[in-house]
Amino acid sequence: MRKVIDNLARALAPTALGLLVALALAGVLVRAWGGSPSEVYRLFLDGTWRSAYGVGQVLFKATPLALTGLSVALALHAGLLNVGAEGQLALGAFAMGLVGAHLPAATPALVAIPLCLAAGFLAGAAAGAVPGALRAYRGAHEVIVTIMLNFVILAKLSDWGQRFYLRESVHTAPIVAGAELGRASQWLPSMHGSALSAAGVVALVTCLCAWWFLERTPSGFRLRAVGLGPDAAEHAGVSVARTRLLAMTLAGGVAGLVGANAVLGYKRYYEEGFSGGVGFMGIAVALVGRNHPLGILVAALLFGTLAQGALAVNAVVPKELVDLLEGVIILAVAAASAVSSRELRLAARRDA
Amino acid sequence: MTTAPPLALSLRAVTVRYGALTACRDVDLDVEAGAVHAVVGENGAGKSTLLRAVVGLAPLAQGTITIAGELIARPSPIEARRRGVGMVHQHFLLVDTLTVAENVVLGDEPRTRVGLFDRRRAEEEVAALGEQHGLAVAPRRLVSELSVGERQRVEILRALLRGARTLILDEPTAVLTPPEVERLFAVLRSLTAAGSTVVIVTHKLDEVRALAQRVTVLRRGVVTARLDAQTASTDEIAEAMVGRATRPPVHEARATGEVLLSVVNLSAGDARSVSLEVRAGEIVGIAGVEGNGQSSLVEAIAGLLHIESGSVCIAGADVTRASPTARRALGLGHVPEDRHRRGLLLDWSLADNLLLGREGELAHWWGIDRARVRADSERLLVQSDVRPPDPEALARALSGGNQQKVVLARELARKPRVLLAAQPTRGVDLGAIELIHGRLEALRASGVAVLLVSAELDELLALCDRVLVMLRGRVLATLTRDEATKGRIGALMTGAAA
Repeated sequence: MRKVIDNLARALAPTALGLLVALALAGVLVRAWGGSPSEVYRLFLDGTWRSAYGVGQVLFKATPLALTGLSVALALHAGLLNVGAEGQLALGAFAMGLVGAHLPAATPALVAIPLCLAAGFLAGAAAGAVPGALRAYRGAHEVIVTIMLNFVILAKLSDWGQRFYLRESVHTAPIVAGAELGRASQWLPSMHGSALSAAGVVALVTCLCAWWFLERTPSGFRLRAVGLGPDAAEHAGVSVARTRLLAMTLAGGVAGLVGANAVLGYKRYYEEGFSGGVGFMGIAVALVGRNHPLGILVAALLFGTLAQGALAVNAVVPKELVDLLEGVIILAVAAASAVSSRELRLAARRDA
Repeated sequence: MTTAPPLALSLRAVTVRYGALTACRDVDLDVEAGAVHAVVGENGAGKSTLLRAVVGLAPLAQGTITIAGELIARPSPIEARRRGVGMVHQHFLLVDTLTVAENVVLGDEPRTRVGLFDRRRAEEEVAALGEQHGLAVAPRRLVSELSVGERQRVEILRALLRGARTLILDEPTAVLTPPEVERLFAVLRSLTAAGSTVVIVTHKLDEVRALAQRVTVLRRGVVTARLDAQTASTDEIAEAMVGRATRPPVHEARATGEVLLSVVNLSAGDARSVSLEVRAGEIVGIAGVEGNGQSSLVEAIAGLLHIESGSVCIAGADVTRASPTARRALGLGHVPEDRHRRGLLLDWSLADNLLLGREGELAHWWGIDRARVRADSERLLVQSDVRPPDPEALARALSGGNQQKVVLARELARKPRVLLAAQPTRGVDLGAIELIHGRLEALRASGVAVLLVSAELDELLALCDRVLVMLRGRVLATLTRDEATKGRIGALMTGAAA
C-alpha cells in the first residue's frame, strides 16, 4: 500500500509543481493586466468546484479528455504516438450519430446504447487500425500517418456527411430516445443546466478497463513490453507487429467513444466540428497523467477544470489567460518529466 | 644498431580499472618510433582499453604514459592530440550528413578572414593530404554515401590533419573487405616509411605478420609476451593469447539421443552456409573471435534474423520460416548475447522480466494472477541464486552476473528441449559463471540439446562435447573433445591455420 502511495506521489509531483508555478504566474499576469488575482481565483473556484453546476460542467468537459488521453496513452504504452485521436473520434461520433438516428424509434435503451457505443468504438478502431497496420507491417511512421489521416477523415466526413445532415445544417438527425444517455440533472437536480451525462461513467469505466487490461491481461503485458523494449519482447516470443496493430486499434476505439459525450449525452446528434480539438488535447492529458489510466482521470479533471474555469473568469480577464495557464502547466510537467527521465538515463549510463 | 631507437610511446605499469573490474594490470609497452607495433589478445583481453587509456578515454588507475619522451600527467583526448597521438576507433565517430571535408576539419575548421567557415580551403587541404598519403576520398562526398573502408580513411585523415605522428588503430580490419585491408596496409606502410608510428590493435595473427615489426600479447589484462613479429612462430603468439594448452578435465562418454537441432547450409546475416547438429544430451560449442558470424547464426536459429537460404529444424520440425513464437512452442530456449537489449527490460521489475514470454501460462481467464507471479518469481530467483532475490527490484539495479541469472532462469522456466546460449558468461563474475556452467551441465544431463557460443576457450573446453570453429561466417572445423585443444582452436579462430 505504501508503495502505491509512493508511486502516486511520484507521479503527481510534477503536475502539482506545474500547477503551483501556473497559479503563481496567473497571479502575476492578472495583476499585470490590471485585475485582482484574489477576485479571479474566487470566480474561478465558484465557476468550477464550488457549485453543483460547475462540478457538472467540469466533469462534462473532462469526459472526452479522459477518453482521448487514454487513447494516446494506450498507444504510448506500445511505444507509438497517436496524433490521430481527432480523426478517430470524429469518425466514431459520426458512426454513433448514424446508428443512433437510424435505429427503430422504439429500440429500448438496453439495446440502443450498447449498439451506439459499439458503433463508435468500431469506427474509431478502424481509423486507428490503418496507421497501426501501416506502422506494423510497412514501417510507416504513425505520427505522420495519423496526422494526415486526420485531414482525410475530417474532409471526407464533411463531404460525405452532407447526405445525412438535416437541411441547411451540419448535423445529423437526432438519435432515437432509447439511445440517449441520461443527464446528470435527472438524478441530481442541483446540476440543472449542466451537460454532464452518463457518458462520464462510460469514460470512467473505460479507464478502469484499460487499467485492468494493461496491468493484468497477458495482451496488456505484451503491449507494454513492446513499448519498453521491442527487441526483448520479440526475443520473448511476442509478435511486435501484431501488438502495435492491436495498440493502435484500441487507441482508435477508445477515441471513438468520445461521441458518447456529445452525441449520446449532450446534443443528441452528430455535429461537424463538435470536438473543439480534444483529440490533440489528449496528448497533453496523457503526458500530465503519466500514461496511467488513473492518472489520466486526474489529468482530465484538471484540464476540464481549466476549460470550465476559463469561461467563469471570462468576465474579468480574457479567456486567453487561462489558455496560457494550460500551456504553462503542460510545459512545467513536461520539464519535470524530462528531468526525471534524464535521471533515469544517467543512472543507466552509470550502470553500463 | 648501437643506440636504441627513440620511443614514440612508452607505458609503465599501467593499470586500468572499471569499478571492481581490472581491465589491464601493470602493463608495460614500448613502441618504437617509425615502426608498426601490434597489440594482440582475445576479446576482453584489455587491449583496446589499454590504448584508450593512452588517449584519456579509459580511466588510468596507476602507471605512467610517456609520449615521445614527455611524461603525460593527465591523459585526455586533447592532451593526446597535442602530443601528436591520434586514435581511429573501431566504431567510427563521423557525422553521416556532413561531407568528407567537413568531417575531417570538424572542430578545427579553417576560417575565412571574416571568420566564416572556409569550405574551399578545407576541401583543398583534405584533398592534398589524401593525395600525399594515398588516402584519396572525394572531399565533397557525404559520409553517408561512403563504404566502410572509405569512412576509415576519413578517420585516418582526420587524425593526420591534426598532426598525428603516432596513429593508434583499434581493430581496423574488423569491418573491411580483403582488398580494403590491402589498401589500408599499404597506407600504413607508407606512413611508417615517412616516419610516423602505428599501433594496431588486432586479434588476427596474419595481419600481425603482414604489417608489424613488434608484437605485444595481452591476456586477461596482463602482458604475456613481447615478441618480434617477423620471427615469432604463430603458435607462440597464439599460445600467449589463449594461455598454455592444458588438458581439459576428463568427461565420461555419454550416450546422446536424437537430433533436436539441425541446421543445414544456413546463410543469414554474417553466417555463410553453416551446417550443424545438436543431439539431446549434448553441448556443442561454437568458438570464434566475435563478429565471425556466430551472432547471426544464433539469431537466425531463434527466428530473429531473416534466413537467406538453408534450413533450421527443431525436434524434427522445419522452422526455417516459422516465427520466434512458433519456435519457442517447439521447445527452443535462447539466452541472448545482448542481455540489455534482447534479454531484459531494464526498467521492469524482476518479476515482470521473469514473466515475459510466459504471461499466458500464468494467467487465468480474468487476467494475470499477481500473487501467483510473485510466488513463481520468488521461487525462480532463489533457485538461480539471484541477489537480491526481490521480485520487485528493477533489472537495471542488478549486476551483470545477476542479470544473466535472471535471463537464464526465465529461459529454463519454459523447460526448453533446445537451448541456445550466446556468450552466457560474458561480463559475468566468477560465482555466476560457476552457477551458469552448472546449470548448463544439468541441462545436458537431463537430455537438453545445448548450443553454446562463447569467446572463452576455457569455457568451451570445459563444457562442450564438440567444438565448431567459425571464421568469416563459415564453420572452419568441427573438433571432437579429443581434438579440441586451445592451441588448435586458437590457431583456427585467428585464421593462422586453415
